[in-house]
Parts: sequence; structure tokens; C-alpha cells
Amino acid sequence: MFRPLDVTGDGAVSIEVEGQSRLVPMAPNLAAALLSAGFSPFRTTPAGAAPRQPYCMMGVCFDCLVEIDGVPNRQACLESLREGMRVRRQRGAADIGEKGGTR
Amino acid sequence: MSGTVDLAIIGAGPAGMSAAYHARTHGLSVVLLDEQPTPGGQVYRGIATARDPRLDAILGKDYAFGEEIYRRFAACGADYRPGSTVWRIGAEGLSLISTGRSDDLLARRTLVATGAMERPFPAKGWTLPGVMTAGAAQILLKTSRLVAEDAVFIGCGPLLYLVAYQYLKAGVAIRAILDTAPRENLLPAAACLPGALRQPGYIAKGLRMIAALRLSGIRIHRNIRSVSFSGKDRLDTVHWRDKAGEQTLECTEAFVHQGVIPNVNMTMSTGCRHVWDEGQLCWRPELDAFGRTSHEWLMVAGDGGGIGGARSAALSGAIAALAAARDLGRLDAGAFESESAPLLAARRRDLAVRPFLDRLYRPLPGFRVPEDEEAVICRCEEVTCGDVARAVGEGCPGPNQLKSFTRAGMGPCQGRLCGHTVTETIARLSGRAPQEVGYYRIRTPIKPVTVGDIAGRTENAEQGAEHEQAAAH
Repeated sequence: MFRPLDVTGDGAVSIEVEGQSRLVPMAPNLAAALLSAGFSPFRTTPAGAAPRQPYCMMGVCFDCLVEIDGVPNRQACLESLREGMRVRRQRGAADIGEKGGTR
Repeated sequence: MSGTVDLAIIGAGPAGMSAAYHARTHGLSVVLLDEQPTPGGQVYRGIATARDPRLDAILGKDYAFGEEIYRRFAACGADYRPGSTVWRIGAEGLSLISTGRSDDLLARRTLVATGAMERPFPAKGWTLPGVMTAGAAQILLKTSRLVAEDAVFIGCGPLLYLVAYQYLKAGVAIRAILDTAPRENLLPAAACLPGALRQPGYIAKGLRMIAALRLSGIRIHRNIRSVSFSGKDRLDTVHWRDKAGEQTLECTEAFVHQGVIPNVNMTMSTGCRHVWDEGQLCWRPELDAFGRTSHEWLMVAGDGGGIGGARSAALSGAIAALAAARDLGRLDAGAFESESAPLLAARRRDLAVRPFLDRLYRPLPGFRVPEDEEAVICRCEEVTCGDVARAVGEGCPGPNQLKSFTRAGMGPCQGRLCGHTVTETIARLSGRAPQEVGYYRIRTPIKPVTVGDIAGRTENAEQGAEHEQAAAH
């Protein structure tokens, strides 16, 4: 479990995680914020429903994929943290129906 | 659609920032596209944000070098576009999504400076939550001040020891270090020591870190021959084998590392020639001394062209910028010669340490091609080593055919995390050289985009065409 090195006073951001309003620590990207809030897993795989969490934190592994504001397959490690953003765990294959077609 | 720029640079690490500065110095118009919200690449992540003395003390002095590159870049007048994801690159230009908006860019030359990634660590259980790369742990420390208590550090290579050393300085407990650098690497590495000592700074820094870790009382197991991970929904135990036999340790976080390799996804998508580098055990684009690829329009600088580290990357960026200026007719032959010569010499000096490091931390075959049939090779599609072996047994000749046999390489990471393992596994199983086996054919889009993104691009292009037609009438 990741914890802050020290108290920084960077503040917290209110986002919606799995339909629930949550305060997460301010962080340079969504993946870091979710890790420090203990969110696990980030997604499950389409092939075997295996749980996954960020592996590389730099945009190559795609294990941090989540659904953000209705758009699936977003790399949490490359997404800035925004007040009020709606985050959902991605279970199995992405739903690319009507939700996923627009940004 | 914007107008045509002289040089489009992808990646804002030391190579990209340095290339932008030098290209601007010679009057080239430059657009620098970077996926991250702030410049620095991975090595100098967060370089543009306010300094934090506590973090500086943990991260060390090398950051100062990055700051100098950043300072010059920031003032050079390049059109810097952070938050830009390039999903197509070709002779006719590139397509990107920049802060949610689709765009096309036309460029006379494109310089790929997308750097390195960590070599895959295809051990049984490496997909479990709780297993992440040492680089990922360092990114969390550098940019988010996040640390994990009682983690196990596993593998070998300068970055692994560096992150462990930074944890030590931060006062974060380390459960154990499992060092996989094999003893048999010492002799071949020793032969390269005289060359490496031409850059004594690197060796001294490494020795200092390793000595501090040894003196700290952290449990260090050496000469690890194999590693695996187990746990139900997340990591709870790491297993390994060394001369003492089979051993286990309970832990909830493991940071793994087997060195770094060029991130070849983007260059591979262009079809430029790549070679298998037997010394560094990786694919890299075939380059001339100035970073030119087999495509006239495409250049590469930094670790994406072969692993050399941050200082060499910055020098490569500068050298490539001069070559671009020369090729676009902005620099005469004499000036090109006189300006590039000292940079080439400096890079030669800086690279002197590389053969030593490459040999000392050359991962054992068992850490590159899994020995365990159940070990997952393709994380996205959960294709195991056994699946690959069966496909090869059934006559699958190479990585591209393996896609149809097993779906390996067809998930969202597009082979980034399995490509090298697949090449080496097929090579081993079929008794061929990696060069002959080849790599996945990488296709556009090279990043996940929505149909809306692609449509947005088309709309923008059509609007542009309409404007042009209107102007013609």
C-alpha cells in the first residue's frame, strides 16, 4: 500500500469513484491518486477476469485502464486529476457501445 | 490542421528538449509533442515544478543537469504541446490528440525521442496487483511523494539500486533486495572495466549506492536464479531460487527491474529498419551517427535508438537537430562538421561506461524467456509461455503469426510489454536468431483513440480543405 512520504498540505480533490463521492489526495495523475487512496484493482482483464493495477506508471503497460466520464480504456497514469471526474473500474472488455463513442 | 513545421519532435525528455533547443538555434520551426503534462521525460519528471528540498535530497544531484537542459528548452521558442498523444506517424505528417482535441501536423522532419521502457519481467505471477516496476515506484516517489513500506526489490541494473538507495535515504523500510545479476557476468564485465573507467563518475556513483545499501542492514540475496510471485487477488508471496535452494518471503509490494530497452512501438509503426542488438538484448531502429533512420523523413534521438542514458540522450538530441538543420539546408557542410564533431566526441566519452554495464547486468536467459510454462508472456491477453511453445510446435513461424495462433500482442498495449519476450522465446524454441524471427508489425493507431477522435481529425482536415477551396475560388 502506498502512503505519502510526509504531510505536504497539497490538499485533496473530490472525485466520483464507482458511483461514490471520494476525497483523494492531490496528485499529478489519476493513477497515483487512486493508488494512494487504496483503490484496487483498477481493472479486470477481458481474457481471464484477472485483477490488475498499474505496472509501469508511464503509459506503456495499459494495466491502469479505467473508465473516465463514460469513456473506457483511459490510461489513468496519463490522466490529470480533475475535480468531479467520474471514474469506474473497467471490468473485462471495454464497453464501446453508445457510452464509449463520444468524448 | 496547422502549417508545415520544419521539425516535429515527439517526447520531452533530455533528447527531445535538447533537440528542440539546438534546432531553434539554427532557425528551424519546432513543435514538441509530449504525452505528459510537464516536460522532463521519465528521468527528469517534474523538472519544471517548484523544487522541494526534501525530495531533492532523496533524488540526488543528477537533477541539476536536467534543469540546465530544461531552462534552455523553455526559452528556445519551440511550440511545446504537453498532453499530446501521437497516434499516427508517417511521411506525410502525424496525427495526435492534444488536450482532448484531434489534430494533424505536417512536418519536414520528425524526430522520435520517446525514450526507453523497462524490460519485461515475465515471471509467473508478475501480473498480480502489487508487482510493479522499479521505475514505476520511482515515478510515484518523484512526482507524487508516494512510497510503499516493506517492499521487495527484485532484479538488477542501475535503476533498481538507485530506487532502493532513494528509498533508503527517504527512510522507507525495504523488506529485501533480491539481486539477479549473475556471478558469471563479472568476468565479461571486467574486460570492459578499463573503458568504463574513462567515465569514473558513473562507476563511483554506483559503488557508493551499492555500499550504502550493503551497510544499511537491508537483507540482500544475491545470485538469484529464478523468481515467481503468488497471491490470490494481489501479491502476498515472492518465491525465488538461489544457491541456498528454494526460498519464499511474504510481501505485498514487489518492485521488479531487468534494465531498460528502447520503446520501439512508434518507430516500428513506420516500418523503418530495426536491428536486434545482441549486446543490449533489444530491438532498436537502425541509425547513422546523427540519428537518421532508413526513412528520409524520420530521425531518432535518445534511448529510443539504443540505451545510452540521459547525458548521451541530450547529446543525441543536439546531434540530430544539427543533422535536421543540415538536411533542410539551414546549415552548411563546414558548420555542420565543426558543430557536430565535439558533440559526437562527448557522446563517445559518455558511452564508454555502457559495455561494462550491459555485460554486468545482462539478464540471465531465464529472466527473458520464462522457464515456467504457466508464466504469462502477453499480459493483455494472458498468453502463457506454454501457449507460445504450443503454437511454435504447431508451426507458428513468427510474432505476427503468433497473433492469430494465440492473440499475443493484440491487447491494448499492442505488444509493448511482450514484444521482446515473444521474439526471444520464438528464437529459442525454433533455434533461430532474434533478427530472423523479427518483431510484431505495429499498426496505426499506436495509442487507443475513439472513433470520435479519428472523425474529429477528418472533420478538421475537411474544414481545412474547404477553407483552401474557398480561398482558391
